[in-house]
Amino acid sequence: MLLQVKNLRCGYGSLEVVHGISLHVCPGEIVGLLGGNGAGKTTLLKALVGLLRPWRGEILVNGRPVHNQPAWRCVSNAVALVPEGRQIFADMTVRENLLIGGYHNAYRRMDVEMVLERFPRLAERIHQLGGTLSGGEQQMLALGRALMARPKMLLLDEPSMGLAPMMAKEVFAEIVKLKDLGVTVFLVEQNAAATLAIADRAYVMETGEIILEGEAAELMHNAAVKRAYLGKGYKEIWE
Amino acid sequence: MGQSDLILQYFLSGITKGSIYAVVAIGFNLIYSATGILNFAQGEFVMLGGMVAVSLAFFLPLPVAVAAAVVFVALLGGLLELVFFRRLRRHSILHLVIITIGLSIIIQEAALHVWDEKVRSLPYFTGNEISSMHLFGAAVSPQVLWVLGTVAVIVVFLHVFLKYTMRGRAMRACSSNPDAALLAGINIANMRTLSFVLSAGLGAMAGCVISPITLTHYEMGSGLAIKGFSAAILGGLGNPMAAVLGGLLVGVLEAFSVSVLPAAYTDVTAFAILLLVLFVRPHGLLGTPAGESVREF
Ligand SMILES: Nc1ncnc2c1ncn2[C@@H]1O[C@H](COP(=O)(O)OP(=O)(O)OP(=O)(O)O)[C@@H](O)[C@H]1O
Ligand SMILES: [Mg+2]
Repeated sequence: MLLQVKNLRCGYGSLEVVHGISLHVCPGEIVGLLGGNGAGKTTLLKALVGLLRPWRGEILVNGRPVHNQPAWRCVSNAVALVPEGRQIFADMTVRENLLIGGYHNAYRRMDVEMVLERFPRLAERIHQLGGTLSGGEQQMLALGRALMARPKMLLLDEPSMGLAPMMAKEVFAEIVKLKDLGVTVFLVEQNAAATLAIADRAYVMETGEIILEGEAAELMHNAAVKRAYLGKGYKEIWE
Repeated sequence: MGQSDLILQYFLSGITKGSIYAVVAIGFNLIYSATGILNFAQGEFVMLGGMVAVSLAFFLPLPVAVAAAVVFVALLGGLLELVFFRRLRRHSILHLVIITIGLSIIIQEAALHVWDEKVRSLPYFTGNEISSMHLFGAAVSPQVLWVLGTVAVIVVFLHVFLKYTMRGRAMRACSSNPDAALLAGINIANMRTLSFVLSAGLGAMAGCVISPITLTHYEMGSGLAIKGFSAAILGGLGNPMAAVLGGLLVGVLEAFSVSVLPAAYTDVTAFAILLLVLFVRPHGLLGTPAGESVREF
C-alpha cells in the first residue's frame, strides 16, 4: 500500500476537525475523497503532508511512518500536494514556479521541458508572472509544479474549484493522464460526478468522518451520494 | 570652489553615504522578505564589521582582515537567528521586532566593553587622502570609488543570486508563499537563517569599506539602522533593488540638507523622509499598494 492512514485525529488549537479517519491508497489507483464545505478535507491533507501535526493515529507511506516529519520532507517521500487555491508563487515566473517545484530534483531543467510538453498553455506563458495567469492556467501550473518533484503520489485539493466547466473538464482529463506517468492520485473534490467518473475508488467524508467508501462505480449509484453531492443539474454539464 | 563644484561635492558625499544606507536597506529587505521581521540590529552588523576588521588589521593583511570580519559577522548573524528567532517563531512579529531592538542595544554595549568608546578606522584600501582625483572640480578620494564599487558589486551579486540561483529563487519562494515553498521541499527555517547570514555579511562588508571615510564607532549602528530603514521604506519594503534607490536618495537629500540646515540637524532629514513616506506613500516609491507595506504593523 502506497498510503495508509490509521485512525487519524487532528485539528486546530483545541478544536478537533478530523475525528479518527482511516483510509488507504494502492499504487496506480485514482482514489477520490468527496465531502462538502467544512468537512475537514483540507485539514486531512495538511496532516498528510506534515503542514499540520496529527494528534493521534498513523500515516504510513510505503509502510514507513511519516507523521512526525516536517512538511518540507514530504517530497522526499515522493508525495506531492497540489494545495487548495493553487498557491502559485505569484511574483515569480511560470518557469521559476516549475523550477522551485523541482527544488530537490537534479534533473529539473529536463523535467521543465517534460511539463511544458504536457501543458502547452504554460509553454506559451513561460516568462509570465504566476499571478497573472488565469485560474485554469494556475491550476495547470500548480499541477506541473507538483510533478516537477517526480512524485509517486499526488494529493490534489479541489483542483476544479472556481473553474468554468470546460476548464474543469480539462483538469480532470489531465488527472487521468497522470496514470501514464505511473503517478498515484488521491483526489479531494466536491464535484462528485466528475470525480467518480475518473476514480477507481472513493471515500465520502462528512464532519471529519468517513461515512461511505467503495468502488467509484458503486458510489455513483448510491442513493445517499446522489442526493448529497450529485444534485439535479449535474447531467447537463457532464453529458 | 564655485557653487557648482560645491553641489557636486555634496552630491558625491551623498551618494557615498547613501550607498551604505542602501546596503543597510537591502539587509532590512532580505530579512523582512524571508521572515517578516524588521531587524533593527541591522546597523550593528555594519559597526561590527568595521570594528572586527580594524582589530584584525593589526596583525593580518587588510584584505584578509576584511574578509575574516565579513565571515565572522555573517556567522554571528546566523547564530542570532538560530538562538533567538528560530526558537521564538511562535511569538508575534511585533515581539520579534522588539527583540531586534533589544539585540541592537546589547550588541552596542558588548562592543563598548570589547573595544572602547574611541573612534577607529581602517586605512584607505588603496592610496590615501592626498591621492584624491579631481572630477569636474570635485575631489574624489580613492576610498569613495571603493565604496561605490563594493556596493555595486553587492547589488549585482544579490540580483544574480536571487534571480538565477536555485537557492536565491527558493528564498524568494519562501517570502512569496511559505506553505507552497515547504511543499516543494524547501526548509524555510534554514532560508530564514540564510537571510540573516546574508544581511549580516553584506552589512559588515559595507562597514569595512566605509570605515576609512566615516570612521567606526560603537554607537554608529543605531543611526544607520534608522537611515537604512528610512531608505527601505522610501524604496518600498520587500524589494531589495528598490532599497538601493531609497538609500541613494536618503544619502543625497541628507548631504544637501547640510547647505540649508545647521549641521546638527542632518539626522533629521532621514526621519523627515521616513515620516513623509509613511504618511503619503506607505508602500514606497517602487512598491505597489497591494504589496507589502509597513501598515501591517
Ligand atoms: N486554520 C484554521 N484554524 C481554525 N480552524 C480551521 C482552520 N482551517 C480550517 N478550520 C476549520 O476546520 C473545519 C474544516 O475545514 P477544512 O478547510 O478542512 O474543510 P474542507 O473540507 O477543506 O472545506 P472546503 O471544501 O470548503 O475546502 C472548518 O470548520 C474550518 O472552520
Ligand atoms: Mg478545503
